[in-house]
Amino acid sequence: MLDLLLVHPVSANDWISFDIPSLIQNFWSATFDGLTFGAIYGLIAVGYTLVYGVLNLINFAHSEVFIVGAYAVVLVLSALGFGPSVPNLPLSSIILDLVLALILAMLASAATAFVLERVAYRPLRKRNAPRLVFLITAIGASFAIQYTIFLVRGANAEPAVTMFQAQPVFDVFGTIINSQQIIIVIAAVILMILTDQFIRRTRAGRGIRAVAQDPDTATLMGVNKERIIIITFVVGGILAGAAALFYVMLVPSGVQYNGGFVLGVKAFAAAVLGGIGNVRGALLGGLLLGIIGNYGQILLGDSQWTDVVAFVILVLVLLVKPTGILGTSLGRSRA
Amino acid sequence: MSMSEGPKVLPGAETEKEAIDVEARPKRSGGFFQPLTDRWNGLPRQVQWLWLVVVVVIAYLLPILDIPIVTTQPGNDWALACFSMASYALIAVGLNVVVGFAGLLDLGYVAFFAVGSYTAALLTSPDSPFVHIPYLWTIPVAMAVTMFFGVVLGVPTLRLRGDYLAIVTLGFGEIVRILATIIPALKGQVGFQNIGRPPGTAADGEPIFANSNGTPWYWLTLTIIIIVLLLVGNLERSRVGRAWIAIREDEDAAEIMGVPTFKYKVWAFAIGASIGGLSGALFAGQVGFVNNQKFDVQTSILFLAAVVLGGAGNKVGALLGGVIVAYIPLRFTAIANYKYLIFGIALVLIMIFRSKGLLPARQRLLAYGRTAYRRVTSKQGHAAPPAATDAGKGAAS
Repeated sequence: MLDLLLVHPVSANDWISFDIPSLIQNFWSATFDGLTFGAIYGLIAVGYTLVYGVLNLINFAHSEVFIVGAYAVVLVLSALGFGPSVPNLPLSSIILDLVLALILAMLASAATAFVLERVAYRPLRKRNAPRLVFLITAIGASFAIQYTIFLVRGANAEPAVTMFQAQPVFDVFGTIINSQQIIIVIAAVILMILTDQFIRRTRAGRGIRAVAQDPDTATLMGVNKERIIIITFVVGGILAGAAALFYVMLVPSGVQYNGGFVLGVKAFAAAVLGGIGNVRGALLGGLLLGIIGNYGQILLGDSQWTDVVAFVILVLVLLVKPTGILGTSLGRSRA
Repeated sequence: MSMSEGPKVLPGAETEKEAIDVEARPKRSGGFFQPLTDRWNGLPRQVQWLWLVVVVVIAYLLPILDIPIVTTQPGNDWALACFSMASYALIAVGLNVVVGFAGLLDLGYVAFFAVGSYTAALLTSPDSPFVHIPYLWTIPVAMAVTMFFGVVLGVPTLRLRGDYLAIVTLGFGEIVRILATIIPALKGQVGFQNIGRPPGTAADGEPIFANSNGTPWYWLTLTIIIIVLLLVGNLERSRVGRAWIAIREDEDAAEIMGVPTFKYKVWAFAIGASIGGLSGALFAGQVGFVNNQKFDVQTSILFLAAVVLGGAGNKVGALLGGVIVAYIPLRFTAIANYKYLIFGIALVLIMIFRSKGLLPARQRLLAYGRTAYRRVTSKQGHAAPPAATDAGKGAAS
């Protein structure tokens, strides 16, 4: 994905210029696009936030958990006959196919997360390794998964799969909101509410909160820590699988072996922005980051500025308010 | 490993001497080369120097010798491969200052390499509108510029702890790469051609430091590596180095003991950055061409793999790691496409089974302390239990 962007022609003599009229003109469309992308960031961010809350680990390989899901979506849909052009199928069968793709993507991502936890992180926990070791392992695992995909599927992006034609639905402030945007944002919000309720109300969710607060005490109180950690990874994986479906819906030809990495870093930035360890914060951070990135892109006039803006925001948030907007609250606030 | 697991003299232990003997054996600190390391440390200083001279001479002769099995021919030019290994080794030594000594995980190290390369390119290439200076002068300039960038990045971010720092440096690496694409003056993919080279022409009129002639570039780089190793070694043994190791082992404890941790972290960042810039300038000179294609995250992680593979915190280990990471894909060209996969898996396996790399960092200070302590206690007769090893064992984990 990034390599395609690199051949962008650069014409202006000033390398940075603020195009304010363009921002005003495109304000609402940028906002809605940003919300849509932000919802996807938010779904990925939950995976980072949960694992960070429970293990205090930036799970760098979570972006690969996501990209495995995206490959699952593309492969399943191409097998079902979807292609670059708009599919000529009745609505009911499209919905059925999409639900099938969603479930398989969730399974693929969750399975990747599970294997990752078992193979890479569990042996380290047994050895009581320092945090730097965990982090380097996460990076190594991320690389290993990325280049396994590279070997199997090659360096090129997968052929596009268009799921359905986006239909205009509303007209807000002269900007058209299409059906894709509505589906993605609403589905993301519903999934987030479900996750939030899962953590607040269920037995496993209570376990996650307990381990996040104090792993040793939780173990003494009869919480099976290993099981809780597995559940955490799997929940993150399921949401990443859902994010993968929406991502492919939005960017049909954006599935490439290394496409997850930068997206993952941005999702992590979203998690930090909202308050790491906080599920609601992940969604809020994702939406905000999506919007701000889009404003930045239009203001500065090149799509690559989105990444720069996202990273700068991450740094600013960490410097000014490291606990993020909603604070860290999966367990208790932590150092 | 927790602090309580160190050996202690239990009431049941027969004599204290026995306890000391048990603890004197290096048990966990070993590497694959542990017997070798032990023998090396047992040699007198003069003999060590003699061997070092032999190693250095062999290193200088390496591109000429072209040893049959070791060589990368016919797939890759051996002298250029030597240069490649040397520049990776130099980068690994620089990154080792940041990751190995000070324990700061920097995932955007390639950014400094990029800044160094672009500095050399902007100041020597005919494609650039800037002032042109002789190539050799760009090396110190590139070091100064990257050091400045290191401080600029370090001052705001080094107040962050561990894993946040990792992600911010990763972001910085990406920003530098993207800016190289976006800023028109840096020419994106078109890049800069005909970057300068050190002066001198051979008898046939060709410049000595031609782009295709790896040997002189290798010698230049090797000389620089030796100088850098001497300087870094001195730093490591100085107050700065002790501060770095204290920060790596326990930042809070170091702060409480009066180490100005922030200042020394910025130092580590700046020195690491300047070595990265130095190797960037050398790389730009040898290739003669710089564009935005070589400075991605993958390369940063490859550098990190080199340091971790060799042994973070041990400069010789980092050197070895850099050589291995550069050499393997060049020698076994069939696996060159798999190098990121292999080094990714290697990172995981090393972290699980040998988290200190091939040549583990020596706990030199702790070892000194232990020897001194033992001398004192043995003079006093059989006095206190050897509690000092607790710290050593804890820190070694």
